[in-house]
Amino acid sequence: MSDTNLDRRQFLGRASVALAGLAIAPGMLLYEFSQARPLGEAASGKVRWGMLIDTNQCESGCNDCVTACNEENGLSGGTAPTDAQWIRKVELKDTGSGRITSLPVMCQHCASPPCVDVCPTGASFKRADGIVLVDKHICIGCRYCMMACPYKARSFVHETLTDQLTDVPRGKGTVESCTLCVHRVDKGQETTACAEACARGGHHAILFGNLNDPDSEISKRVRAVATTQIRADLGLNTGVRYQGI
Amino acid sequence: MQSTSFSRLESRYFYAFAAACAMVAGIGYLASHYMEEHGHIVTGMNNTIVWGMPHVFAIFMIVAASGVLNVASIGSVFGKAVYKARAPLSGLLCIGLLAGGLMVLMLDLGRPDRFIVAATHYNPTSVFAWNVLLYSGMFSLVAIYLWTLLEKRFNSWSKPAGLMVFAWRFILTTGTGLIFAFLVARQAYGSALLPPMFIVLSFAWGLAVFLLAQAAIYAWNRETLDPAILKRMRNLLGVFIIGALYLVAAYHLTNLYFAKQTGFERFILVDGGTYPWLFWAGYVVFGSLLPLLLIYHPSLGKTRSVVAASLLVIIGSLALLYVFIIGGQAYPLAIFPGFEASSSFGDGQIAAYKPSLPEFLLGIGGIGVALLITTVGVRVFNMLPHDAALPQGVHGETH
Repeated sequence: MSDTNLDRRQFLGRASVALAGLAIAPGMLLYEFSQARPLGEAASGKVRWGMLIDTNQCESGCNDCVTACNEENGLSGGTAPTDAQWIRKVELKDTGSGRITSLPVMCQHCASPPCVDVCPTGASFKRADGIVLVDKHICIGCRYCMMACPYKARSFVHETLTDQLTDVPRGKGTVESCTLCVHRVDKGQETTACAEACARGGHHAILFGNLNDPDSEISKRVRAVATTQIRADLGLNTGVRYQGI
Repeated sequence: MQSTSFSRLESRYFYAFAAACAMVAGIGYLASHYMEEHGHIVTGMNNTIVWGMPHVFAIFMIVAASGVLNVASIGSVFGKAVYKARAPLSGLLCIGLLAGGLMVLMLDLGRPDRFIVAATHYNPTSVFAWNVLLYSGMFSLVAIYLWTLLEKRFNSWSKPAGLMVFAWRFILTTGTGLIFAFLVARQAYGSALLPPMFIVLSFAWGLAVFLLAQAAIYAWNRETLDPAILKRMRNLLGVFIIGALYLVAAYHLTNLYFAKQTGFERFILVDGGTYPWLFWAGYVVFGSLLPLLLIYHPSLGKTRSVVAASLLVIIGSLALLYVFIIGGQAYPLAIFPGFEASSSFGDGQIAAYKPSLPEFLLGIGGIGVALLITTVGVRVFNMLPHDAALPQGVHGETH
């Protein structure tokens, strides 16, 4: 009996320490390891968020990243020409060899973004950490950024929206595109909805991370394997890199 | 004025005409209101064809606004009396067309209620933002120029003011061409040839608008334009049409020479359905060759032919802009050169576009604004050209 009681006491004691640890640790650990900024502090130029997409791992017909993005950002998921699509799966067929490649395309978060250059009001802007966004409060809906984007990455909100998510402001008559899950980044989360869904599906084709940190996994991979930028000839220095095309 | 029933009722006709113009403008405004309420879903525009019919009308009016000032420039800058007599009408038409074009552009915005943001937030690298300054500068300069022309005390200032307007309108049309020339990744645009092409197109379109307005004003006042003046202006229109054709040909030829552009050119010139038709039949045959025939054929070239030629030039210009703006967006972006692409977002596919009634009415509304400003202006400021005592013996019995 006494042994049993001791075990129970030990168990309760250890469990409460573990529980306390579980309650406190995430905040502390995330703050420690993710270099998350306290609220109100500006994004830092020391960080450059980017993605590496391994097209060899990307499965044709799989739409997990697209579904996850739609869910994360409150998009309808419709594919009419007037529906917003922040990320899309593109099937490529090499016109010479006939080789098929499947890959997701979204805002490439250029270092020299044409959309930012042409925006008359400065609503299209690039944060210090490389994320290209649209300020929905000063976008006048001229769509010049959509004309300028070489990647067809932007969508215009053609209809009245309902049930928007608090983390992802959107608005009829303004332009929008992939935010690199900026609401997650600003909370210190280390992955985007698309990358998370891709990993969950077992593909691991999308890797999100800090291109400026030489020790980050994305930096190591970009150093180790041959990667390309789409339309590298334009010299825009994209934050999204591809492997296998 | 002859004592016909028309001149007795002339004032009533004027008010009726002005009211009709105001109504057209009002319908345009209502159409834009409908678009704003429902969103651009009620237009034919989508995420691929982001600029549609309103831009065709708006860019026509803005380019023609600059070109119509040629008449004033030839008068004030180069001192030709025939044209000087027409400078006030030329300035007024410029203001009318510019106002109409800008109204259409502004009301087509996704958030027209935020128009003022374009003035309070200014991105210096944006050619759109430069154009905000260029357009407002144009209004101010042309207003000053008109003042120097209409106020006798300031007549001596009309030459420097005319010179300023002359320089400004070149920069303005350069700015319009640059809107497209600065698009780095689009096959149809991104060419340094576009600003000069737009300038030469503006000469032809502006003069066509001027000749139509002039013919209408003379007919309204039961006056006849001196045939010598008509001949001079009509020949000038012919030269401008040829110049425009030359630059359009040079633009397509350079594209044709670049292997990466041949797919796009094939689409626009041969197998793109509506677009080749509009280009060849609309712009080349009806908008350029037929007007040239009407102008230069020995047995033609009278008032009616010139009016018909001017109308055809305007129709051709709208056809060309439709091909340039909408056809240019319909052809898929070359995001992955060397690959055939397909996706749920229209990659690798020709985009469909069907203009809807509201966007068409908005464009027509802009023309209503231009007509209203011109009609009222001509009457209030008495802008019928007065061709008395011309040195070359070219004079008409206008008053």
